[in-house]
Amino acid sequence: MSAALALPTRHDEAYRYADIAALTTLWPVAPQTLRVAAGESGSLSIVAASAGIDVREIAIVLEEGARFDLRVLNAGAAYGRIGVTVDLGKGAQFDFGAAQLGSGEQTLEVVTLVNHFEPDAVSRQTVRSVLAGRATGTYLGKVHVARGAIGTDGSQSVRAMLLDRTATANARPELEIYADDVKCAHGCAVGELDAQGLFYLESRGLAPADAKKLMLQAFIAEAFIGAPGEEALTEAALNALGALL
Amino acid sequence: MTMLKIDNLSATVADKPILKGLSLSVNAGEIHAIMGPNGAGKSTLGYTLGGRPGYEVTGGAVEFDGQDLLALAPHERAAAGLFLGFQYPVEIPGVSNVQFLREALNAQRGHRDEAPLSGAEFLKLAREKAGMLKFDMEMLKRPVNVGFSGGEKKRAEMVQMGILAPKLAILDETDSGLDIDALRIVGDGINAIMRHPDKAVILITHYQRLLDYVEPDFVHVLAGGRIVKTGGPELALQLESEGYEAVAA
Repeated sequence: MSAALALPTRHDEAYRYADIAALTTLWPVAPQTLRVAAGESGSLSIVAASAGIDVREIAIVLEEGARFDLRVLNAGAAYGRIGVTVDLGKGAQFDFGAAQLGSGEQTLEVVTLVNHFEPDAVSRQTVRSVLAGRATGTYLGKVHVARGAIGTDGSQSVRAMLLDRTATANARPELEIYADDVKCAHGCAVGELDAQGLFYLESRGLAPADAKKLMLQAFIAEAFIGAPGEEALTEAALNALGALL
Repeated sequence: MTMLKIDNLSATVADKPILKGLSLSVNAGEIHAIMGPNGAGKSTLGYTLGGRPGYEVTGGAVEFDGQDLLALAPHERAAAGLFLGFQYPVEIPGVSNVQFLREALNAQRGHRDEAPLSGAEFLKLAREKAGMLKFDMEMLKRPVNVGFSGGEKKRAEMVQMGILAPKLAILDETDSGLDIDALRIVGDGINAIMRHPDKAVILITHYQRLLDYVEPDFVHVLAGGRIVKTGGPELALQLESEGYEAVAA
């Protein structure tokens, strides 16, 4: 048991890009545990927008047919880390959206492990990061499909936008599949704002900073589409974006 | 009154000279058509006047409404009353037409010290202009140009033009990708929005067919980065029957 409490190192896959020095000050991190009973549904919005070090571990168990919607805005912390482990029962559904906005020397990361233990469960993950300055934004996400978990439907959509050449995005969407007859998709892209789109908006009268902001708003909003707290989350994200630009 | 005066304009794209001493004067109330073979510099002219990055002015001057156009950033050119109709309108996922156009219009109005339009005022204006172009208002609530057909994109451009109400519109192959009905709607739209003693249009086109609906006062042939011939509407007909090479030689 004591081994579990040992401070992770960068050799641990889930901590490869972590700010280990910052983590030391909070270690060990006690996970917040959530359990959704069969057929029930729940949701949680996390806005980690304060300065300092913000490290959270969340463990979610979804029983048969249960649903959970988790959304995260990871924006303000010098080191902001959200770790999520989800165990899906038969026919359960997990929707996850996260937006990370960082600048300066911020290190932000989302690390997920989604376990499809039973058949016919659905998991959808959407992560959008906007990174400026020397910030680092990371997504490490594994979808594990156990033997027998047929009919699994898992997706990971991961995109990052770099506003400065000095910013870093790491993305590792991973599928580990031991069952036949499953549907899993993952996509990942790191890029800069589309110059053609920016000129198009500017040619209609938007100042360059406003054109940029409009495109980034749309980009970030994708993480919160369909969330119970969509409006509040989007507004908080726009405030964080305003601070970043 | 001269609205646009292009004097001996030269421009390069990726260090390659495209415009080579182009001169053109456009007065308020006039419609000019610019025709010419592929690679003549027609689109480059539009983008250079619009201020697109990568289109480098290497010589000459452009005066628009008494201002040095080339000294202005793209959004300032828009606020000064310039509208560039794109040959290939750009898709902007996640940004609705309504939100984008209201922000753009209010930014332009801010530049001109005019009060911004409220949401309700803007929607009324947008509905009116969309109706004029027979463009579904529901589509204006969708992301900019995303999933629009070629013809819908061109009509959406004209709705934008109607809402932004520019002094000078430079329309780059607005007729391409339009079927016959859409061509007439777009032509009628251009006339309704821009045919005015205080406004002017430069139509960049390959074909005579748009000019059947929007009759130009002048037709210019652009070849090798310069205007090589200027005439009236009859020049377009002559080009259509004889070809650029014969007419512009």
